Amino acid sequence: MSHEAPPVPEGGSAPADAEPIVRARGLVKTHQADGVPVKAVRGVDLRVERGEFLAITGPSGAGKSTLLHLLGGLDRPDSGQIWLGDKRVDTYGEARWAVLRRRSIGVVFQFFNLISNLTVADNVELPALLAGHSTREARQARAELLADLGLEGRERSVPGELSGGEQQRVALARALVNHPSLLLADEPAGSLDSKGTREVLRLLSRYHERGQTIVMVTHDARLASAADRVIHLFDGRIVDEATFGKEPPRAEGVAGTIELKG
Amino acid sequence: MRLPLLALLAKGPAHGYELKQSLEKLLGTAYPEPNIGQIYVTLGRLEKAGMIEGTDVTQSTRPNKRIYQLTPAGRDAVASWLKEPAEEPRLRDEFFLKLALAPDTEERIALINMQRRHYLNTMRDLSKLAATEDRDNRFSQLLIEGAMLHLQADLDWLERCQEDLE
Repeated sequence: MSHEAPPVPEGGSAPADAEPIVRARGLVKTHQADGVPVKAVRGVDLRVERGEFLAITGPSGAGKSTLLHLLGGLDRPDSGQIWLGDKRVDTYGEARWAVLRRRSIGVVFQFFNLISNLTVADNVELPALLAGHSTREARQARAELLADLGLEGRERSVPGELSGGEQQRVALARALVNHPSLLLADEPAGSLDSKGTREVLRLLSRYHERGQTIVMVTHDARLASAADRVIHLFDGRIVDEATFGKEPPRAEGVAGTIELKG
Repeated sequence: MRLPLLALLAKGPAHGYELKQSLEKLLGTAYPEPNIGQIYVTLGRLEKAGMIEGTDVTQSTRPNKRIYQLTPAGRDAVASWLKEPAEEPRLRDEFFLKLALAPDTEERIALINMQRRHYLNTMRDLSKLAATEDRDNRFSQLLIEGAMLHLQADLDWLERCQEDLE
């Protein structure tokens, strides 16, 4: 399984590669709560660069998860546009989103969402098979990922036999099995103890270092501080942004952007 | 500094530089490095106060060194130090004063955002420290984890402030 940085494009297609993985403009989403419309996301613009690790923080009800769900097509915006790479995707129907998620977007949830009556191996292989890979390819990809995630010997277990931390690692393997260009993580350590949290933190950092683009919603500042950039949502809007010094600094003095010393 | 030095001397006699080294070894790099000058000054004061007793040891190739050991009074001081709970960290911090004294809500929100970025940067520093610090140094790792939990609480409190003020 290779998770290296994306290859340098051949001849003349450089601008396409410089394109961000995600662009969103003017996203608005209203939920119905007891028949009363509640604006969860009120006009969000977003850009996620290739290989970037973005954390989304903010209080409960600020719209963090809704925003993530919009980016993964698990929820549809009332208005606004979303591009994944060069494709405009907010106009996609359910079927096209399903294909996109299978091939290009991996999702990790707070409560793992594994299929409880399938083995660990089957949970991980299933999306590979659904994406059209052969049994042999799926098996090989699964074996490599489980080894990489320290889950060798757990192939025949069912999720209920695993600890929370182990289940989340299986979920991560499942999310990564088709080499998605984008990994979405919704409170990935939200139901884990501090050991499990450290584990998730270490693994996300590892895949990020190998070039994986990640967008993660979290309450946990330890997780957020592993990202390249943190945006803070409040009441459905992005109200602040912090960039940790890794890339060259943006324009000096841009409000909200600070560089990490040392 | 007085009581930690006394507590170290309760483990056995030592000279100033040895005390500095034992403190560093025990607490790891996460804890501010003890200043050798401060250690010598404190040892002098402790001796004057009758908590410790110094003996000069002559060395042929190096300057003489003074080895200290606890007196019964020093031993009592350590015992009562360990029996007392320590003061909790207080919210009497500068940020709180800035928040309360800022001219308007807009300034307060800007303060909150700035402070959050500052804490996130500190959190990142702590994560790096935890990763580079010796895994087997239990006290050092516990200290870093404690600092992280405090920071998380500070961040949660900032959120509370923002919810209340917006």
